[in-house]
Amino acid sequence: MKCSEFLHELTNYLEGALDESTKVELENHLSWCHNCYVVCDTTKKTIEIYRDSQLYELPDDLRTRLRSAIMVKCQQHKKRGPQST
Amino acid sequence: MATIQNKVVEPVTDELALVQAAKRGDDSAFEELVRRYDRNVFRIAQHITQNREDAEDVVQEAFLKAYGNLAQFQEQSKFYTWLVRIAVNEALMKLRRRRPERMVSLDEEIKTEDDSLPREIADWSPNPEQQYTQSELREILSKTIQGLPPGFRTVFVLRDVEGLSTEETASALDLSVPAVKSRLLRARLQLRERLGRYFQRRDVGNGKPNGDEKSGDGNQ
Repeated sequence: MKCSEFLHELTNYLEGALDESTKVELENHLSWCHNCYVVCDTTKKTIEIYRDSQLYELPDDLRTRLRSAIMVKCQQHKKRGPQST
Repeated sequence: MATIQNKVVEPVTDELALVQAAKRGDDSAFEELVRRYDRNVFRIAQHITQNREDAEDVVQEAFLKAYGNLAQFQEQSKFYTWLVRIAVNEALMKLRRRRPERMVSLDEEIKTEDDSLPREIADWSPNPEQQYTQSELREILSKTIQGLPPGFRTVFVLRDVEGLSTEETASALDLSVPAVKSRLLRARLQLRERLGRYFQRRDVGNGKPNGDEKSGDGNQ
């Protein structure tokens, strides 16, 4: 497997969606190609860091305010009848 | 190397029951759907618009639109995927309004495959996120993802942050599965490269400064 082929399979690999023989080939490539190993490892970390980051969490007070506003508008919509939204 | 596990929004056990009750006019069932997904919609909206007020508007507009069009919702797909699709469209509209000089669409930014080849291969510190405080880290992550084109960050957020499957992401964005995979790869690699400026291993001691901004020389 060449580096470009590794890159092509990276997404499927991280998703665990590779067939066994491609996975073995890819892991064999990673065992000797340091650059690809680093790319794979840091890409995985990138995903994990974003996933665990709690970036843009909705604060509770804003959440309550938004939900009330949504439900009020839904009521108004219901009273007006099903026009375009 | 272990693969990434999904943070899926399951279980959806009684989602269909809630949707059906809401369709019959039960507003408390709809409110439960709001409660279930408002955080996700807000996060997606803020990732796309990069603006807090816009994200608040998107949450309201997306749920209102879902409420108004609930009768049209086909129950063979997941309500959440349908809702995300509405929210993404609302968010992109906001973005277009704010940046009318630049057409924003999910179809732009199609470049050659080569531009996603990694140029910076430096390794990271073992626990890079621990070098920063929570708020510093959030600032870094926010700034970094802002630099991605909207079409890339939308795919990344749905797939990797919200944990939608590739198929669900494709369906929510009206893209093909290969298009989602290709954008996801490029989004991940671009984020990886940009985060590397903050997270690179700093104990190499070869006298070379880290974070050389000139990363344009392809070395592949």
